[in-house]
Amino acid sequence: MMSNTVTVKGIREGILFHISDQDWNENFQALTTLVKDRQEFWKGAKVVLDAGNSEVTSDQLLALKDELSGYDLALWAVLSENKSTQNAAQFLGLATRISRLESNLTTDFETTYYQGEEAIIFNKTLRSGFRIEYDGHIIVIGDVNPGAEIVASGSVLVWGKLRGLVHAGALGNETAVVCALDLQPTQLRIAEQISITPKRRGKPQPEMAYLCDGKVVAEAWNYKG
Amino acid sequence: MPGKVITITSGKGGVGKTTATANIAAALALINFKVICIDADIGLRNLDVVLGLENRIVYDLVDVIEGRCRLRQAMIRDKRLPELYLIPAAQTRDKSAVSPSDMVRLCDELRPDFDWILIDSPAGIERGFRNAISPANIIVVVTNPEISAVRDADRIIGLIEAEEKGPAQLIINRIKPEMVKKGDMLSPDDVLELLAVDLLGLIPEDEMVVTSTNRGAPVVLEEKSRAGQAFRNIGQRITGEKVPFVPIEEQRGFFTQIGKMFRKG
Repeated sequence: MMSNTVTVKGIREGILFHISDQDWNENFQALTTLVKDRQEFWKGAKVVLDAGNSEVTSDQLLALKDELSGYDLALWAVLSENKSTQNAAQFLGLATRISRLESNLTTDFETTYYQGEEAIIFNKTLRSGFRIEYDGHIIVIGDVNPGAEIVASGSVLVWGKLRGLVHAGALGNETAVVCALDLQPTQLRIAEQISITPKRRGKPQPEMAYLCDGKVVAEAWNYKG
Repeated sequence: MPGKVITITSGKGGVGKTTATANIAAALALINFKVICIDADIGLRNLDVVLGLENRIVYDLVDVIEGRCRLRQAMIRDKRLPELYLIPAAQTRDKSAVSPSDMVRLCDELRPDFDWILIDSPAGIERGFRNAISPANIIVVVTNPEISAVRDADRIIGLIEAEEKGPAQLIINRIKPEMVKKGDMLSPDDVLELLAVDLLGLIPEDEMVVTSTNRGAPVVLEEKSRAGQAFRNIGQRITGEKVPFVPIEEQRGFFTQIGKMFRKG
């Protein structure tokens, strides 16, 4: 998932890409694949490029800026120790210095990263025809309407009504679970197991579905901890 | 004030987009707004038939866009409502004859001269739909109280949100109060609960819609029609007036039933 040549940090101003001193073309390739993979996630963010010591021309920066804007990302600053890269950035009207970069607000992507333990949050209702696929957990704050599909390698948590199709543990993780405030999916899959929601009796209540002896079971959530 | 563009769409076919377009247009024209309807359903045109203007078509939308006639020449004025105009769709071409930017340009040209520009969208989510929503200020989604129509409406509303054209407003058409009462039909509340959008109108099932469509006269012109009244209410809501939503069951009392029996006889 992480590229060898490019590292990413979430900073207060948006996203910071740090590129290594390798060949520019390789860096460019790595950056675009990274961005392409996460375009939904990063959409609309402001980007800072930390070019380290490498020399980058203004043409190359311009090409990157164009490429990023194709994914709805705005390159606004370039950090560099290389004088000619700094000049190139200034020539394009990009900032070459950002404030409080090393402050406590910085979250380091690498230190919070565990393989398969990433999650994304969707803060909206997913309507028919939408499909989310993610290598990690998926959290939806909103409803998942019939005709929408959620596929996650990890667990799925819906803070709302879940009525579409949901597949947790899609790569075979049998410990994945599906939770929802109202669990009424058209079809619920965990790892290789497929189940159909039985007709509900009584009031909707928060439920959690998981695999038990190779079968999908759903249990009311009444945490009395 | 430049005119506003309202696009009427649905996803599923046959739920009453064209009927809704014709009637909302006529309802707005009845309260003295200058209105033009554009039929964007190229290749399967209908709006001219519903408005009873088919026999007066000389030029159509594609002729305007391809420059074979001036905009004025393609506008057909309604016989009954002097403030209502129509630009018909071409019957012999298909949706690819028009692009979304063509529609934006066309509407920009019409805005100074009209208060409301209504676009009747084709069914589906392809090119024709994109053409129809690209110039819209307001998007009205029509659905029926049926699972399949509601599912398609949900999809369309999602696409409208993705294009940042939202929030869409909803018309639920062809509601049968008796069936809703018995629990055999989705109630307006069921539909709204799923779609979670603003309600613009509830149209009861009404046989007069069929007769007036066949005659080519919008049902809003029928004083006594329940559907006509519902469309007149929608017209007023669009202009910003607060018209309460009357529960549909209440509109049909004992006396209107008796009255209907006499009229039939």
